[in-house]
Amino acid sequence: MIKSVMVMNTQGKPRLAKFYDFQPVEKQQELIRSVFGVLCGRADNVSNFVEADSIFGPGTRLVYKHFATLYFVFIFDSSENELAMLDLIQVFVETLDKCFKNLHTILDEIIFGGQVLETSSIEVIKAVEEISKLESASNAIALVSKSVSGWRSR
Amino acid sequence: MGSQGGFGQSKEFLDLVKSIGEARSKAEEDRIVLNEIETLKRRISEPDIPKRKMKEYIIRLVYVEMLGHDASFGYIHAVKMTHDDNLVLKRTGYLAVTLFLNEDHDLIILIVNTIQKDLKSDNYLIVCAALNAVCKLINEETIPAVLPQVVELLGHSKEAVRRKAIMALHRFYQKSPSSVQHLVSNFRKRLCDNDPGVMGATLCPLFDLITVDVNSYKDLVISFVSILKQVAERRLPKSYDYHQMPAPFIQIRLLKILALLGSGDKQASENMYTVVGDIFRKCDSSSNIGNAVLYECICCVSSIYANPKLIESAADIIARFLKSDSHNLKYMGIDALGRLIKTSPEIAEQHQLAVIDCLEDPDDTLKRKTFELLYKMTKSSNVEVIVDRMIDYMISINDNHYKTEIASRCVELAEQFAPSNHWFIQTMNKVFEHAGDLVNIKVAHNLMRLIAEGFGEDDDNADSQLRSSAVESYLRIIGEPKLPSVFLQVICWVLGEYGTADGKFSASYITGKLCDVAEAYSNDETVKAYAITALMKISAFEIAAGRKVDMLPECQSLIEELSASHSTDLQQRAYELEAVIGLDAYAVEIIMPADASCEDIEIDKNLSFLNGYVEQALEKGAQPYIPENERSGMLSVSNFRSQDQHEASIHGLRFEAYELPKPSVPSRPPVSLASATELAPVPEPSYPRVTQNVASVPAVSSTDPSDLRLRLDGVQKKWGRPTYTPSETSTSTSTSEKTVNGVTKVDAARDTIYSKVRDTTYDSRKPDAEIPLEKQKLAASLFGGSSKTERRASTTGHRAGKASSHVIEKPQASKASDKTVAEKTIVQPPPDLLDLGEPAVLSRSPSIDPFKQLEGLLDSPQVPSNSNHGAAGANKDSDIIGLHAETAGSGPSSGIVNPVPTNKNDLDLLSGLSNSTTDNALGGTPTAHSTQVSKGPNTKDSLEKDALVRQMGVTPTSQNPNLFKDLLG
Repeated sequence: MIKSVMVMNTQGKPRLAKFYDFQPVEKQQELIRSVFGVLCGRADNVSNFVEADSIFGPGTRLVYKHFATLYFVFIFDSSENELAMLDLIQVFVETLDKCFKNLHTILDEIIFGGQVLETSSIEVIKAVEEISKLESASNAIALVSKSVSGWRSR
Repeated sequence: MGSQGGFGQSKEFLDLVKSIGEARSKAEEDRIVLNEIETLKRRISEPDIPKRKMKEYIIRLVYVEMLGHDASFGYIHAVKMTHDDNLVLKRTGYLAVTLFLNEDHDLIILIVNTIQKDLKSDNYLIVCAALNAVCKLINEETIPAVLPQVVELLGHSKEAVRRKAIMALHRFYQKSPSSVQHLVSNFRKRLCDNDPGVMGATLCPLFDLITVDVNSYKDLVISFVSILKQVAERRLPKSYDYHQMPAPFIQIRLLKILALLGSGDKQASENMYTVVGDIFRKCDSSSNIGNAVLYECICCVSSIYANPKLIESAADIIARFLKSDSHNLKYMGIDALGRLIKTSPEIAEQHQLAVIDCLEDPDDTLKRKTFELLYKMTKSSNVEVIVDRMIDYMISINDNHYKTEIASRCVELAEQFAPSNHWFIQTMNKVFEHAGDLVNIKVAHNLMRLIAEGFGEDDDNADSQLRSSAVESYLRIIGEPKLPSVFLQVICWVLGEYGTADGKFSASYITGKLCDVAEAYSNDETVKAYAITALMKISAFEIAAGRKVDMLPECQSLIEELSASHSTDLQQRAYELEAVIGLDAYAVEIIMPADASCEDIEIDKNLSFLNGYVEQALEKGAQPYIPENERSGMLSVSNFRSQDQHEASIHGLRFEAYELPKPSVPSRPPVSLASATELAPVPEPSYPRVTQNVASVPAVSSTDPSDLRLRLDGVQKKWGRPTYTPSETSTSTSTSEKTVNGVTKVDAARDTIYSKVRDTTYDSRKPDAEIPLEKQKLAASLFGGSSKTERRASTTGHRAGKASSHVIEKPQASKASDKTVAEKTIVQPPPDLLDLGEPAVLSRSPSIDPFKQLEGLLDSPQVPSNSNHGAAGANKDSDIIGLHAETAGSGPSSGIVNPVPTNKNDLDLLSGLSNSTTDNALGGTPTAHSTQVSKGPNTKDSLEKDALVRQMGVTPTSQNPNLFKDLLG
């Protein structure tokens, strides 16, 4: 199971944080900080994997990828494959590359309740686009009729 | 950066994000955020906020929380937003609540109703949003409220909804398996869904279910295999390809599932061989994801019933991983190697240099993974090199978490495989010195006990040698600054017990050292308590020996200081010390007998020593004591007394409040119990009677005297001394045990010799050799064991060749070690002894090579007795050498021949070997202590075995069954 997804910049400022097991705000910050502490100490030409038992409990591992000024970090337990997770980061990044908006929506399409849901960035984008299309449609209708019943009956 | 990042935000929000991004310090950032919180607090409670505005506020709240500040004042508004009918607002609301709230939050109750309604919506996007929220916000109590709707959605026309419904159900299963137990059949059903995405989603819950209960899903093996086959053959739509790989994530999940289903199941595994082999062949190893699938294949191969061809393919892939430049692949290779050596240990040898490269790699992750691999492949032949490496690494890191882990691994390996007592003590010293406060206190107790009891050899001389070497090393270490408390406790205890035992050091010298410790660590009460007790022991031994005790001034001031201590414990100890010093030699000797730490303290539960006093008191007309529970019963006094006297020997007085903790092994066979009591000879006259009592009434085991020494219950795997055995071991025939032992011994003795040779060459040449040579040496010492395995499997001629190469190698070794011998202290076993000894073995062994003998035995079991004699003889030879090598420092008398009577080895070897239960039982050999008291045949057996095991430094536990397997091919 995937425990958490984080995106942070090279100064350790969080850009996106999602935890699939609930963590209180303070704990989240602590986790982000310790992950950053681990990451910033690593050289460029080393592996993308870190054993994270000291941060997230026994058996957890962390895969990260460094793009420009951002770290993309996935934290997961022993039921996932490190290389596969690395590719999941790739999927996420590729998707963002194609359409940079609605980060949470995109992530929700890729990971669902801590499990990998979709691994094709094209499919993800399709889903996201469909959502935004319907959203704007419902917006338009809402704006016109100022009432929801209009679009709900469609 | 919320769900609507990119457009539609106000300038205010964009400015906020920008200023946070440009903030120079955390303080500045905090100031900006606090400002923002104030603004939001004010705005959000204004009446009649336009919905779009509200949506942005909610997103700003999310942002604020991500930066680590409390936004709970706005939670209720996020909840309200989920009630909105507008899709955008609803999704924003759901997003915010899933990020803000946990499943037990009070506000959840306000959302459940909305979720219920939304799950029934005819807009599938609303349904998806609700399902998303369900995963995060529904707890065990609220599952029933949404369960019917979620189950209904499993049949939804949109595959995205079906998929998410399965995932939601999976989530319910994770949170509360019982609540969805009746629904697991749905997962099976959905495995046949028309949509591959839905099928893929069902693999997640099925994986969890199969992990818990493999057997109920064996029928699905065929289905999984055929799905995997179809996926690998690209039968899925193109859209499932990822980097030209057909649905790799589905393949990985399936391989994981197959690994579970095929584990230890030959029939199921046979169904998988073809498809796994196909994937090995077809898989593209140039892409990252291809390697991920290949790695998963290796995991699968190492888990299912072994297939030589697949293992070969797996080994090829591992080789490719390890040779790769990518650290990621090396990491996966090391991990895969660790999995595969369980089934085929010889593979590690091919990759020795690659493994050593990884060990020296600057990448910490890779290094740790490699240590994990080494830990898995440790055996008695390479334990020294591996543990040394581990300790070096342990010293070099600052990460306490990992330090603790690696320290405990060092201790575990040292306990399990230590080749000599001396090495064990030295290793423990190093671990304690550098990670003392991180290791379990039990390890320290265990070490003390080992030093006190010796190592089971019937040789007091060796034991006292060991003690003096421990004392010497501690006196060396004690001056170093900032030792961990646990280590100091050990040091103080050992110095107190044995500091003056061999007469090398004067009492005042040791006393001075102990006072220094107490002074230097004046904040640590435990250390001070150990130190003062050690002082008391030293003084007591001096008085008992008839020497005059001169109180050092610093000792006197320490006593004074502690007498006024806030800690009553320290006070008591100080006063006791003062009192002991004032007593005469006779009294002191009874209070503090020398070297009595391992003797059992008898607790006279009847308080019989009070009998005379009680009688007197009764005669003077005192009221007899009536136990509390009988007081209301108004028993007549005479009645009670007769009952008391009658039953006292059986029940004794029970002081419930002071009952000792239950021993970790609750039921103990009477045999070992009796022997445990007998172990240490106690010079008290009452002793035989008590033993009898205990033996005849084993039910009183919870407080039996044997439990009353150092409390080491629960210490796992004492070094070379397995924990108590189930009774079968003691009753099992001595014949099989013995023969099995004989075999182990051969193996281990050879192991030790070879490793010694290699170690010496490696160590002595280290400084001037070039790196590749050094690496080769390291490789040889690390993988020596496995190369031997291979040798054994190969033909005899080959073996002879290898053996002779050892002979050739030796002159260099002895030359090199000659150089170092001079520098080496007595503590280190001089290697030249060993080098001289070995040719003798080798020259003698060709005629009676134990392995040949054994192989011969297996081929022709008709002539066991004859060849067995030979084997036994060879055993003895090599064993003596081994002993010399290990205990050379302890003088000639340590070279005791192991006490196994050779004639007993004549018994049927084959039955012993084939009897696998005995093999296992060996792991739990009864741990009788060394003692002169004679015992029944079983105890004797176990004693001998124990001694043998110790000499070899090998505990043939079930974790090390390779010895037997290797030997038998």
